[in-house]
Amino acid sequence: MTDTVKEPIERLLHNHPFFAGMEEPMLEKLAACATTRTYKAGHRVLKEGACADHFTVLLSGCVAVEVATPEQGVTPLQTLHAGDILGWSWLVAPYRWTFSATAREDTRAVIFDAPCLRRALEADHELAYHLMPRFIGVMSERLHSARLQMLDLYGPPAGARERGLA
Amino acid sequence: MDDVSGLLRPADQSALIDALTARGYTVLAPVRQGDALTVAPVTALDQVARGWTADQTAGTYRLRRRDDARRFATTPAALPWKRVLHPPEAHLWTARDTGNGFEMISKPEPPPKQALLGLLPCDLAAIARQDKVFDNGTFADPVYTGRRENALLIAATCAQAGDTCFCAAMETGPDVRSPCDIALTELDDDAGWLVEARSGKGAEILSGLPLAPVPDTAFTQRDAIAEATAAAQIRTLPADTPGLLHRHLDHPHWQAVADRCLSCGNCTNQCPTCFCSNTEDVTSLDGTIAERRRVWDSCFSLDFTYATGRPLRQSTESRYRQWITHKLSTWHDQFGESGCIGCGRCITWCPVGIDITEEAAALAALEDAAEAAHA
Amino acid sequence: MSTLATPLKGHAPPPEAPHPAAAPDPATDPMVPRPFRIVRVKKELSDTFTFDLVAQDGAPLGFRPGQFNMLYVFGVGEVPISISGDPAVPEVLVHTTRAVGTVTRAMWAMKAGATIGIRGPFGSAWPVETARGGDVVVVAGGIGLAPLRPLIHTLLNQRESFNRVMILYGARTPEDILYKTEVRAWRGRFDVSAQVTVDRATGGWSGPVGVVTRLINAGGFDAPSTTAFVCGPEVMMRAACDALTRKGVARGKVWLSMERNMKCALGFCGHCQWGGAFVCKDGPVFNYAAVADRLPVAEY
Repeated sequence: MTDTVKEPIERLLHNHPFFAGMEEPMLEKLAACATTRTYKAGHRVLKEGACADHFTVLLSGCVAVEVATPEQGVTPLQTLHAGDILGWSWLVAPYRWTFSATAREDTRAVIFDAPCLRRALEADHELAYHLMPRFIGVMSERLHSARLQMLDLYGPPAGARERGLA
Repeated sequence: MDDVSGLLRPADQSALIDALTARGYTVLAPVRQGDALTVAPVTALDQVARGWTADQTAGTYRLRRRDDARRFATTPAALPWKRVLHPPEAHLWTARDTGNGFEMISKPEPPPKQALLGLLPCDLAAIARQDKVFDNGTFADPVYTGRRENALLIAATCAQAGDTCFCAAMETGPDVRSPCDIALTELDDDAGWLVEARSGKGAEILSGLPLAPVPDTAFTQRDAIAEATAAAQIRTLPADTPGLLHRHLDHPHWQAVADRCLSCGNCTNQCPTCFCSNTEDVTSLDGTIAERRRVWDSCFSLDFTYATGRPLRQSTESRYRQWITHKLSTWHDQFGESGCIGCGRCITWCPVGIDITEEAAALAALEDAAEAAHA
Repeated sequence: MSTLATPLKGHAPPPEAPHPAAAPDPATDPMVPRPFRIVRVKKELSDTFTFDLVAQDGAPLGFRPGQFNMLYVFGVGEVPISISGDPAVPEVLVHTTRAVGTVTRAMWAMKAGATIGIRGPFGSAWPVETARGGDVVVVAGGIGLAPLRPLIHTLLNQRESFNRVMILYGARTPEDILYKTEVRAWRGRFDVSAQVTVDRATGGWSGPVGVVTRLINAGGFDAPSTTAFVCGPEVMMRAACDALTRKGVARGKVWLSMERNMKCALGFCGHCQWGGAFVCKDGPVFNYAAVADRLPVAEY
C-alpha cells in the first residue's frame, strides 16, 4: 500500500537521523529506490527466512523485532521507533531475514527496494562508502545493546548469596 | 615556653621516663624482642634497646649490634607504631536486646595516656598523615582522636638509614619535621640527648628535668647526623609519581607485578599510614548482647571492595594497583600530600621483595620508552 | 562470626579512670545506630522489599535526595542503603532493599514492629537546584530507581521549576518494574514523560523492549538545557552517560550515583574508595565530568 501523501522522499531522508550529514545528490540517488508506506498495528513487516528484498527506515510508530521459538512462542527482542532503521539482511547474501518484525502501532516508513539499492551502490562506490559506515554504526549499537541485555544487568547478582556479601 | 631545650646527660635520661610515668603516661619505646626491634611499654630506661639496629633490604630484616650505644638508630621498627594510636582491634560499642528493640550499653574504652618515645621522623610523619584521615573535616573518629589527644610524641633525629629507607625523597626526615611534643637527638660519643620542646606539653615536661646547657656544637651535630642519614639513602621516587600512576591505570606492567605479588597484605599491615578497617558485628551466645568491633583490613583482601554483592577487584593486579595508586597518587587527591612517608617497611616486609620505589620507577621507564618510540 | 563469651567484662571502664557516660548517645554519635521501628513492609519484587520506618525517639530523619543510611540488623551487621522516601515527609523513613547478602536477607525476614538501627544520612545529594529552569532527564536501571525516587518526588513537588521532566526506566522484565503503582501514575501525568523499557518482554508487555539507552537516543529533551540524573548498574550508567553526552548534554550536567560497600560511612574504613573519592562522603552522587575518566577503568 503506497502512501498517498506526497512528501518528497529526499526531504524525509534528509530529516532522518540515519542519513544525517549525507549530501543532497546522494539522497536523491537513494530516493530513486524508495517509496513510503504505512503499516497498520499488528501487520507483520518482516518474516524470518523470507527474501530480504527491502530495507526500512522508520518515520513514526513502533515495530518489534521478534523471534518465535517452540518453547517461548513469539518473543520480542527489541522495539524500534521513529529514527531507527530496520533490517540489514538485504546487504548480506543469501538475503534472507534472520528475524521477524511486527508493527506494534500504526507505523509510517520509507521502504527501499533492495535490488535497486544494491545496483545503485555497485554503480556508485562513493555512495556505498557513505552508506556503509551508517549501517556499521547501527549494527554496532544493536550488538552493544544485545550484549547489555544478555548480561541481565538487573538480575540477581551471581554468587552474592554464597559469599554473604552485604 | 615552647623553646625549652637542653642536654639530658646519660645519667639523667631515666628522669624523662620517670617524668612521663609520673604524669600518668604509659611509655612506649623501641625494645628488642627476639631477633627484631619492636615497640613496647617500658618502665625503665634499660628496657629501651641500646646499641642495636637492623639491616633491612627487600624481603629481609636482620638484627645487628651497633658499634655505638645509640638507642634510636634502630631503622624503622619491625612492629609499626601505628597500632598505638590506630589499634588493630578496637571496640566501638555494645548494645543490648531489650525485647522491644535494642539500646546502647557501652562505647569505646577511655583512651589510654601514652608517651611514644623514640619515634623516627618517618613514623612521626605517618601520625600526621593519619591525623588527617581520622579527623577529615566532616567526621572525627573517637577511637583515634581520643588516643591521639592523650598521646605525647617524642621523636628522634634519625641516625641510621636502612637500605629500604627513602624519607629524604619523601621529605619526611631524617630530621624531626612533623609536629611533635619533644624532638630528641642522640649526640655523638654518648654525650647525651639534645632535647627540644616542640609544644607546650613538651616544654612542661622538659622544664622539670635536670637539663644541662646545650653544648655549642649540638645543633650543628644534630643537622650533620640528619644530613649523613639522608646521604646514605639510595631509594627515591620518580618525578611526578602521582601523575605517572594516574596516567597508567591500565598499564600491562601491573600484570608483571601481580605475577610476583602474593596478595598477602603484609605491606598494608606494616605501612604506618594504611588506615583501612573492617567492622565485625558479634553477638553473645544467647543473642541478647551485640558488639561492634573495628579490625584492621587490607585492600589486598578479595572481599575488600564489592558492589552488588560481588568482589570488585578480582585480580591481584587490580589490588596491587589499588594499593600503590592510593599510596602514591590518589592520597594527594584526598589529603593534598603523599600517603607514603618513605619508611620502606612495605619493601622490607614483602615476602617476595616487591619494592614500591622500583615499581614506580619501572612504570616511569616504560612510559619514557613508549614516548621515545613515538618521537 | 565469633561470639562473645563474656560480653561486657572486657569493656567495663577501668576503676582508676571512670568514663563519664557509659552509653553513647545515638543522636549525636555518627558511629552508633539509632533504633527505628518498622511500621510497614512491602514486598516489591521477588527479592526486593520496602520498609517504612519511624524513629523510636520520634525525631524525624531529614535528608536530601540521593543520600543513604547505614541499616543495622541487631547482631547481624550493617549495610549502606539509599533513602527512597519523599524528602518533604521526613517523619517516615523509606528504604527499598534487595535481599542479596547476609544482612539484607535478614532484613527480608523482618516484619512490621521489628527494630532496625539507622546511622545517617550520609553522602552527597542529587543537585536538584542546578536543574531549575531547564529540562530534566532521570535515567534509572533496575533497582537504581530506588535512590532516584526522592529526586522524582522533589521534581514533582516543584514541578513548575523545571521545563520538561522525563523519566526513562529500564527494567529486567515487566514483572521486575519497581514501584509499579507510582510508575503508572507518572505515566498518567500530562506534565511528565515517563517511559519504561524492558530487557526481556514477557506476558502481554506491549511497551518498548531494549536497553534504556535507546530511550535516551530517541531524544525528546532539549540537550543544552538538560540536567540528567542516572542510577543503575555501573555498565548501564556508563552507557547512559555516554548516550546523554552524545545527544549533546554537557558532562557537567550529568550526575550519577555509585555503589560500593561501606563499613563506616564516615571516610575512615577505606572500603568505598574509588580513585581519590570516598564514595561514602564524596559520593554516592558524582558529577560525570569529574569521574568520566575512571568510570571505564576495570576493577577500579
